[in-house]
Amino acid sequence: MSGISRRRFLAASVAGCAATTLAGPKKALAAGSFTGYPDGMGVLVDLTRCIGCRSCEAACNKEQNLPAPDKSFDDKSVFDETFHGGKQKRRPDENAYTVVNRYNPDGSDPLYRKVQCNHCNEPACLSSCFVNAYTKTKEGAVVYNPNVCVGCRNCLVACPFGIPGYSYSSAFDPVVKKCIFCHETRLKNGLPPACVDVCPQEALTFGKRKELIKIGHQRIQTHPGRYVNHLYGENELGGTSWMYLSPVNFDEVGFDPNPGNEPIINNVKDFLGTVPMVLAIWPAMFTGFHLLAKKREHDKNNQDTEKQHGEEGGDQ
Amino acid sequence: MSAKQIVMTLMMLAIVAASSLVLAAEMPERASLDSMAVLFEGVEFDHAMHIDLGEDCSTCHHHTTGTGTTNERCIRCHADSDEVATVGCRDCHLDNPFSAENINREALDRYQFHIDTPGLKAAYHWNCVGCHEEMDGPTDCQDCHARTLEGDEFYHKNASATGKSGH
Repeated sequence: MSGISRRRFLAASVAGCAATTLAGPKKALAAGSFTGYPDGMGVLVDLTRCIGCRSCEAACNKEQNLPAPDKSFDDKSVFDETFHGGKQKRRPDENAYTVVNRYNPDGSDPLYRKVQCNHCNEPACLSSCFVNAYTKTKEGAVVYNPNVCVGCRNCLVACPFGIPGYSYSSAFDPVVKKCIFCHETRLKNGLPPACVDVCPQEALTFGKRKELIKIGHQRIQTHPGRYVNHLYGENELGGTSWMYLSPVNFDEVGFDPNPGNEPIINNVKDFLGTVPMVLAIWPAMFTGFHLLAKKREHDKNNQDTEKQHGEEGGDQ
Repeated sequence: MSAKQIVMTLMMLAIVAASSLVLAAEMPERASLDSMAVLFEGVEFDHAMHIDLGEDCSTCHHHTTGTGTTNERCIRCHADSDEVATVGCRDCHLDNPFSAENINREALDRYQFHIDTPGLKAAYHWNCVGCHEEMDGPTDCQDCHARTLEGDEFYHKNASATGKSGH
């Protein structure tokens, strides 16, 4: 017989199987991480340029056919509104997919920050949605299908930026409401979103995400002292389509300064990766144990019966 | 006056008129900045008055005309740049900077240095408002251009009149 014995062949087979089983989930994880579509679009928000005119809010309201606002969009008193004991500034909701807030870090000139969905590369809202209402489109937008939304609001909890709103006012058909990057009316037709279009200051720069990353770093480099050396959203939480430049540390203008660079899904990927294995292997394995145990019991019973028969035969 | 003299005089007059026309075309007294006016009226820009106020042409026109640039960053490439044929803002600053066509063109041109040129609207606002802030010029939106009826509707002008509180 040539070089390989039956025993070595079996050992190698077992080792091979084990390796495939162990390596399998790792490979699947690697394939599962996603850094955005190559030609995905984005917006670079430059806080040094924003003058707090709120035109973007007005443009969003018009483009998305949202209800008329309580205060006109040139009313600056909204910047003084606070909620939850004065800690919370305005947030996007069912009636406004974007809001601008004012900050006065160390009492200097005010800074304004626009808030809306950041359109993550690996959106937590999408991961958390069990009816698959969410889609990350190839243009970069995170959109949702309100027709399948069941109103569970998992996405409201999952979003690290606290963005999705909910139509609490609708008694019969409440759904999630958030910025969709003007995907239906503009983005998919190659047009910038309405807020970018109207901005008088070009505080919002629209372009391919990978080009905006270059532009962002170029601005930091060519204007020493104007910005902190960080492009927020380039890597945060796996990267976002909307990215920010700021003249002050990001926590001073309402950002979570350190959300980490891992997408939210990575917190549960390892666990979720074991689920198929458990589902596939455990039933077979425990059935096997069960059958083995049963068989032993069965064999023992048989032996006992045979013994009894033997004894009975011997009496005769 | 002979016929020859009349012709000469007419020719001289024509030359003077033509050169002043060229000058006028090169350096307008006034300019209507209204190519993008929708929500606000266009701006009637008093070029002559701003020439008197400005230090030199490059304050607004960079390296394209007149005195040339003195900006230390620009001068590295544009110290000896020729005057360009057209010097209006909109000849370089596009009124639709984010059209698919412009975005794709910029993304394709690997050798382009100016990958971050502002659009026309931003160029106007940065240049005008930036200077107005320094020189105590008018800085409110409607100081320079009145809002149109469409603009009033866009900003929901009458919403505050109801007196409802926000949120």
